[in-house]
Amino acid sequence: MTSTKAMAVPPAIALAHIDKRFGPVHANKDISLEIEKGTIHGIVGENGAGKSTLMSILFGFYQADSGEIRVDGKETHIASPTDAIRAGIGMVHQHFMLVGKFTVLENIVLGAEGGFVLNSGLAKARRELERLEKDYGLQVDPDAVIDDLPVGLQQRVEILKALYRGAEVLILDEPTGVLTPNEAEHLFRILKQLKAQGKTIVFITHKLKEIMAVTDRVSVMRRGEMVATVETAATSPEHLAELMVGRRVLLRVVKSEREPERSVLEVKNLVVKDAAGTAKVDGVSFIVRAGEIVGIAGVAGNGQSELLEAITGIRPPFSGEILLNGKPLPCDPAEARAQKLAHVPEDRHRLGIVTSFDACENVILGYHGDELYQKGIFQDRRAIRSDTEKKMRDFDVRPQDPYLRLGLFSGGNQQKIVLAREIEQDPDLLIVGQPTRGVDIGAIEFIHNRLIAMRERGKAVLLVSVELDEIRGLADRVLVMCGGASPANARRRRPRSRSAS
Amino acid sequence: MSAPSRELPRWVDIGLIPLVNLLAAFLVTGLVFLAIGESPLESVAIMVNGAFGYGTGLGYTLFYTTDFIFTGLAFAVSFHAGLFNIGAEGQAYLGGLGVALVCLPLGFLPMVIIIPLAIIGAALFGAGWAFIPAYLQAKRGSHVVITTIMFNFIAAALMIYLLVNVMSPKGSMNPETRPFDVNAHLPFIHDVLAGLGITIAKSPLNLSFLWALICAAAAYAGMKPQRLIIIAMLISGGLSGFLALNEIMGAQNRLLLEFTAGYGFVGIAVALMGRSHPFGIILAAILFGALYQGGADLSFEKPTVTRDMIVVIQGLVILFAGALEHMFRPRIAHFFTKPLKTKEA
Amino acid sequence: MEWLDLIAQVSGSAIRFSVPLLFACLAGLYSERAGVFDIGLEGKMLIGAFTAGTVAALTGSAWLGLLAAVLASVFFALLHGFASITHRGNQIVSGVAINFIAAGLTAQLGETWFKIGGQTPQLTNQERFMSLGWPFAEALRRIPVIGQVYSQVLSGHNILVYAAFLAVPLTWWLLYRTRFGLRLRAVGENPAAVDTAGISVQGMRYAAVACCGVLCGFAGAYLSIAQSAGFIEHMTAGKGFIALAALIFAKWRPIPAMWACLLFGVLDAISIRLQGVPIAGIGIVPVQLMQAVPYILTVILLAGFIGHAVAPKAGGVPYVKEK
Repeated sequence: MTSTKAMAVPPAIALAHIDKRFGPVHANKDISLEIEKGTIHGIVGENGAGKSTLMSILFGFYQADSGEIRVDGKETHIASPTDAIRAGIGMVHQHFMLVGKFTVLENIVLGAEGGFVLNSGLAKARRELERLEKDYGLQVDPDAVIDDLPVGLQQRVEILKALYRGAEVLILDEPTGVLTPNEAEHLFRILKQLKAQGKTIVFITHKLKEIMAVTDRVSVMRRGEMVATVETAATSPEHLAELMVGRRVLLRVVKSEREPERSVLEVKNLVVKDAAGTAKVDGVSFIVRAGEIVGIAGVAGNGQSELLEAITGIRPPFSGEILLNGKPLPCDPAEARAQKLAHVPEDRHRLGIVTSFDACENVILGYHGDELYQKGIFQDRRAIRSDTEKKMRDFDVRPQDPYLRLGLFSGGNQQKIVLAREIEQDPDLLIVGQPTRGVDIGAIEFIHNRLIAMRERGKAVLLVSVELDEIRGLADRVLVMCGGASPANARRRRPRSRSAS
Repeated sequence: MSAPSRELPRWVDIGLIPLVNLLAAFLVTGLVFLAIGESPLESVAIMVNGAFGYGTGLGYTLFYTTDFIFTGLAFAVSFHAGLFNIGAEGQAYLGGLGVALVCLPLGFLPMVIIIPLAIIGAALFGAGWAFIPAYLQAKRGSHVVITTIMFNFIAAALMIYLLVNVMSPKGSMNPETRPFDVNAHLPFIHDVLAGLGITIAKSPLNLSFLWALICAAAAYAGMKPQRLIIIAMLISGGLSGFLALNEIMGAQNRLLLEFTAGYGFVGIAVALMGRSHPFGIILAAILFGALYQGGADLSFEKPTVTRDMIVVIQGLVILFAGALEHMFRPRIAHFFTKPLKTKEA
Repeated sequence: MEWLDLIAQVSGSAIRFSVPLLFACLAGLYSERAGVFDIGLEGKMLIGAFTAGTVAALTGSAWLGLLAAVLASVFFALLHGFASITHRGNQIVSGVAINFIAAGLTAQLGETWFKIGGQTPQLTNQERFMSLGWPFAEALRRIPVIGQVYSQVLSGHNILVYAAFLAVPLTWWLLYRTRFGLRLRAVGENPAAVDTAGISVQGMRYAAVACCGVLCGFAGAYLSIAQSAGFIEHMTAGKGFIALAALIFAKWRPIPAMWACLLFGVLDAISIRLQGVPIAGIGIVPVQLMQAVPYILTVILLAGFIGHAVAPKAGGVPYVKEK
């Protein structure tokens, strides 16, 4: 059915036999892909599947070792982003390529200034920007400074930047990773509008829900290979997940009915203020009991981080009480650990791990004083090694090399190392922030099951996540935080299974 | 992709690459010698002989080595904490003040009491001078590189003021303090050994050399990189202060202007060359100590070569071993990783 | 009227003191705004001063001296670029190395070539940049304020002084009103954004350090063949670092950079005037305190007590294309 259409209109982008190696890593293996004009084409795959590499080749960041690229049916040599821009390809990067201190207008003209002296170029750009805003409904103040804009608007500037350069094909790399659900909805509307105006959109993500919501067709990549390209309407999340991982994945969390027991964590009227003195957590009270998972939902930045930091002793609370097993919890992370509280931080790079240390050192981080690791005044290298190896085996960390620098592990494996470290301490209370941020679908399943296992063993788990589905799937009770308070302290709900991606 | 360094054998990483960098620095040094009309080979011979060829020379080499172990360790400690303390110069200068404030009024005390007090004085004043930059970095995010540079200059101004207006004896035009009492002289190693019946050549090598080795050993035993900004900076400043023990208490026996002579900056090169590892630092410090002593002999033997030549050589070593350390690495890495890969396949 | 005369004289010498700072400060501005930290300003100035002194003495031309100073300083600036841009070396370490090499090399070569204690030969008036008297300067000297400003503050400087103050608006225009400036500022804030816009990050950064070299050459030449009549060992005496302090004080902006340099120049001029002279109610202010003021002010600024000095975001970080 599409073949007749393809005869009439050549695909916007046609990649044929693209192959790319980085040293020993075969990032793209003989990839062919056609993207129809005027469609939204999704590309899914786990981290490291080669999606970003493929798109970087298309955008001229890298050169393919072999293979060819056709744009509108014409063979095109793309050796740099400049070539890609000239061929009408624009890219919205996962990390925005914007200069924070510049205005919107300055960012948009950067690299396409139109002459040595800026004045005339800026005036022209301003007019062009007004036209684009009108055509696509992308309102943004051209004189606003980027740093002052919310991420959603910053992303809009990125899109405008590409359109200003005459992009017909727009590549979006994990565009929703930084957006709130609302902003994401808005983005999807913009994408559909762009499509209606005849633009072609390539949408890279690992979130299957988004693929189902917005794309016309979807291509699945796995370990550098293009596994399949299917019509979105003719597939399901389960099917895509299976294609991505190469085996059947349970997208649903299975857990048993369980009555919670005694209360483990009690938070009473907790107030936490930031350095400027504004209350980030404003009088929050709740209880977490043994054998239950309590989820804290809400858009990021509503005090969840501060709440976690206060409970784990990283940030002193302003007022209120925190009781662990009935005893007040001192504001000291080490002391909190000693009282059987374990913490998997939200931002593992900032708090949980040291990427320049090897796996061994990260496994003992925070527990380096434990007797197990000591031999006289020195550390017992052998004990540390065998312990690390055991944890890596139990948590299926790959590669199983205790002396590999942690920065060289994938996000999922880094997270498993942190989880292994914290769970194996056999804590009474496990506090987990964003357990699956930047983690592959296969690893997500593993991590969820581990959290459920904690619950089954009668431990208390406090879970903070911006992924609403994750909270719904795992938590027995949900607390919603909004502006530092928790208006909705939901009652206990029946455990229910939900799609979790 | 991003980890070529892991594949390298350890001896290549910490041995071969620094050696190649060093050779490059010496090669350019040779060109400078040619440019001023001196034979590089002859000059090298004089320098090597001057540094290691005879007892006193070796003693001087180890004397300078002591300075560089302290400043090298000082930089390495801060570096491990992710900080760039280039204020060793000022911290050492203030360390000198600490030593003088112990040695001048307490010169009547027995040596066994004065020495520990002077060590504490040097450490306290050095660390104290590092405290403000450390505090500003930790609490207010002020860039420690810039603040420590500024503190070097502030230290210099302060010390000039003190030595000219406050600490120099009445009627003296010299900007320096009166000599310390004999009890406050750090014993020379040749004297100590002579007391044990062992005779070695006279040299300014004093007990602070041993103290430097102890500090290095302690740094090694301390193992884990320090993660607390202020503590790391205080240790770093304290170690810098020990430079004054060697120079002020061990050789000059009075506080005087500019005794730090750029050693604080050389410490950066020492630490980088020694890969911020105590053993590496000792080796690199010996290299720089030999450069100093050999260079001094060279300028004595050859009037055309001034002591500024040592500064040039140091600069070149810092350039090639520090700033250009990655220049040869990819090529060397390529050479060593290739056979590995074919083995795997 | 005497105190007016005094103010005019101090202002005149403050301007002269601030010129090398201003050149070096603007030099650092180009480099650091592009994301390349440079604590080697001092060394490049020294190289420039030495080369200018040497070439002016050998050729008898101040202009050739200036040209040579610029070339030599640019060479070292590019060396800094080679280490920190091409080979992603540490920018601080590279700067330290250049300061060492410059200090040693100028002293050693001076001694080897001229054998007068590391100096270059005394220059005659024809071989250096002399002050330019403005028309009627002498005649207007007696008129209070306007005449004094005209003849003692504005007139009577050498051409490099005027060049330095012209460089300020020129830099401002380049930085904020041209494509070059936009890209230069962008590369110091977010090089990845520049890269994806199809502009060479390395090219921009090399251009910036080259500008830095040119201006350091001017700063050095001013010291040895305009302000003095020849090169003297270590004649920069920390001016490169004061310039760095001024740059931070000015929060990396050209017009405030001029004010900062003038402020530090005034402090310098006053400290020389006040040497040993008691001030009513305060007593003798130690010279050293006056000399330390720029550094102390900079630390206070960095501590965030007077405004906030925010360095270019990508400063000091070599650009590595991410996967």
